[in-house]
Amino acid sequence: MKVILQDLTKKFPSRNKKANTEVTAVDCFNFEIPDGKLIGLLGPSGCGKSTTLNLICGLQQPTSGKIFFGEDEVTHLPPENRGVGMVFQNYALYPHLTVKQNIIFPLENLKGKAKLSKEEMNQKALEIAKLVQIDALMDRKPGELSGGQQQRVAIARALVKMPKVLLLDEPLSNLDARLRLQTREEIRRIQSETKITTVFVTHDQDEAMSISDMIVVMNEGKVQQIGKPQDVYNDPVNLFVAKFLGTPPICVFDGRVEAGSLIIGSDKVMDVDSVSDGEYTIGIRPEGFIVNDNGTLTCNLKTVEVMGRDISIVSEHGSCQTGSFRSIVSSEQGIDITKASVQFDLKPSKVFLFDKETQKRVPFQVK
Amino acid sequence: MEKNNKKAWLYLLPALIFLAVFMIYPLIDVFIYSFEEGYNSASQTFNGYGLYNFEFVLHDPYFIQAVKNTFILVVITVPLSTFIALLISLGLTSIKKLRDMFQTIYFLPYVTNTLAVGLVFMIMFKPTAYSDGLINVLINWFGGNTVDFIDGPYWAKMFVLSFYTIWVVMPFKVLILTSALASVNKDYYNAARVDGTSSFRTFRKITLPMISPMIFYLVITGFIGAFKAYNDAVALFGTNLNAAGMNTIVGYVYDMLYGEGGGYPSYASAAAIILFAIVLTITCINLLISKKKVHY
Repeated sequence: MKVILQDLTKKFPSRNKKANTEVTAVDCFNFEIPDGKLIGLLGPSGCGKSTTLNLICGLQQPTSGKIFFGEDEVTHLPPENRGVGMVFQNYALYPHLTVKQNIIFPLENLKGKAKLSKEEMNQKALEIAKLVQIDALMDRKPGELSGGQQQRVAIARALVKMPKVLLLDEPLSNLDARLRLQTREEIRRIQSETKITTVFVTHDQDEAMSISDMIVVMNEGKVQQIGKPQDVYNDPVNLFVAKFLGTPPICVFDGRVEAGSLIIGSDKVMDVDSVSDGEYTIGIRPEGFIVNDNGTLTCNLKTVEVMGRDISIVSEHGSCQTGSFRSIVSSEQGIDITKASVQFDLKPSKVFLFDKETQKRVPFQVK
Repeated sequence: MEKNNKKAWLYLLPALIFLAVFMIYPLIDVFIYSFEEGYNSASQTFNGYGLYNFEFVLHDPYFIQAVKNTFILVVITVPLSTFIALLISLGLTSIKKLRDMFQTIYFLPYVTNTLAVGLVFMIMFKPTAYSDGLINVLINWFGGNTVDFIDGPYWAKMFVLSFYTIWVVMPFKVLILTSALASVNKDYYNAARVDGTSSFRTFRKITLPMISPMIFYLVITGFIGAFKAYNDAVALFGTNLNAAGMNTIVGYVYDMLYGEGGGYPSYASAAAIILFAIVLTITCINLLISKKKVHY
C-alpha cells in the first residue's frame, strides 16, 4: 500500500497564551511513499518526525493537508479504521499480559465478520511469533524479557492484524549498541518478508542509512531532502543535510572562489568552473582527503588515530569552522606522524559548496 | 558486613524503642488483660486466667449489635465508596476544563472536621420541632413521608451512617485513584486505540489491571478503617451509641473502658482481641484473593 502525504501541516497552539505564537511541527510535507518500501524519517530531536508518524497513524489530526493510503483518503479516519500497526518507542506492551495475550490483543478487538475463533487467533499469533522468532517465549510476561525480545513482541503485536502500513517510533533507541545492530537487520528482514510499507523514525543517521530504501531528512518541521540513502549522502541539497549525514561528520571550511580557483585560507585547493566569485561555505567529506606531500591544503597535524583498516587524522586549519577536523584515509597511504604539518589533495566529488546566506548547495564543475 | 549490621541496628534503635514501649508492650498487655478473670481496676487484682471475658463479651447483646452494625457498615461502605471514587476519578481524568477546581472540591471534605460535618449531616437529616430537615423536605417534595434518620428506624440510621462514612472516606480514595490513573502511561492507551480497542475493553483490560495495586490498597485500608469505625457514629448519634442501637465494635471497647457502664478493661480487651482477629482474617482473605487479581 503506497502512502501519499499531501501538503501535510501540523501546528500546535502556543503554551503561552499572550504571545500567541504557534509552533509548526510539520510544515507542508509532500511525499509519496512507494508500496512495500522501508522509509526512514530522519532528523534531530524536535524536527517533527514523530509528529509526522503520529499523523500517518491517526493519533494526531493534521492542521491542513491530506493523507492517502493507496487511493483512499484517511485524513480524518481514526487510527483503528486505517489499518496501521504501530510500535511505540517504549514498546507499550501490556505488562500484566503474557507475550501471547499481548499479540492476540488486537485480534480480540475484531468485530462482526472479521471476528476470529480462538484457534484462528492462536494460529495467527504463533505464525507471527515465529516470524519475529519469539515463539519460545509465548507464556512469559514482558517484564521477564530483554529489551530486544520486548521489541520483537511489540513488532509482532503491530503485525498480527496484517496492517497496510507499519509505523515504528525510534525502534532502536532503547537497545544497547550491539542489540541495535542485530535488531535493525531483523527489522529489515521482517519488512522484506512481509512486504508491508514501513515508516520508521530515528535521529540516528547510521540506523536510517543502513536499512532504509529511502530516507527523509527533516529539520524544524520542513523536509530537507528525500532520496536513497547513498544519493542523499553523495548529493546533499544543503549544509544541514550534509552535516547531519555521515560519521565522522563532514568538515566545514570558510572559503572563497576567485578567478576560477577555490581557495581555503591562503591555499588554492582546486580549479573550479561555472561558479561565480565570492565567499562560500565549503564542506568536505572525511573520506575526501588524500595525503600527498605536495598537496594543496596545508594543515597542522594534531593526532593520528589508527583504526586498523583506516587511519583517522585530526588536523587544524585556520579556516575550519570547528577549528580542527577529522579526515579518514586508508592505512596504506601512510603518514609521517613526527611532522608538524600535513598536506592533502581533495577528491572533487567529496567537496561541496554552499551559499553563505541560504546554505543551499552551489553546483560547480572541476576544470 | 558485621560492622554495618551493628550500625543499622543503632539507627533503628530509637524507632524500635518507641515501638516496643508504645506498641508491643500495650498489645501484649491487652492480650493478657483479656484472659484475666474478675479484674478489679480499683485494687488491681484478679481471680485467675480463663476465657470468661470472651464468653461474657460474645453473649453481650450490645456487643452482638455492635458486631452486626460494624459488618453492615463494612459491607456497604467499602465496595460502594471505592466504586464511586473510581467513577469520580475517571470523570476527573477525562475532563480538561475546570479539572483543578473539581479536584479541590472533591478534596475539601478531607480537610474539614468530622464532628462539624457530622453536625451538618444531623441538621440535614433530623426532623425537629421547627423543620423537617433538608432531606425530608426533599422526600416530602417527591411525595414521601417524613423519616427520622437520627432517632428513627434502624435502616434509616444505618443509611445515614453509611452515607456519612462514604462521604468522609471519598476524598482520600479519589485522590489516590486520580493519581493512579494519571500515572498510567499514555502510550498504552494510544496502542489500544491503534488496535481498535473499545473504551470499555480498554478500561477493563488495561486501566483496571494497571491501577489494581492502588485499588487493592484502598480496599484493604478501607476494610480496616471501616472495622475501626467509631467517631462517625458519635458525630451523628452522640456518645450513647448503645441506646441508639448504632454502636460499633470500637465504640463497645470504648464504652467498656470509659462509658457509663465502664470500668471493665478485661471485657474491653477481650472485645479488642476479637476485633483484631476479625480484621486479621479479613485481611488474609484479601491478600489471598489479591494474588490472583492484582498485577504489580
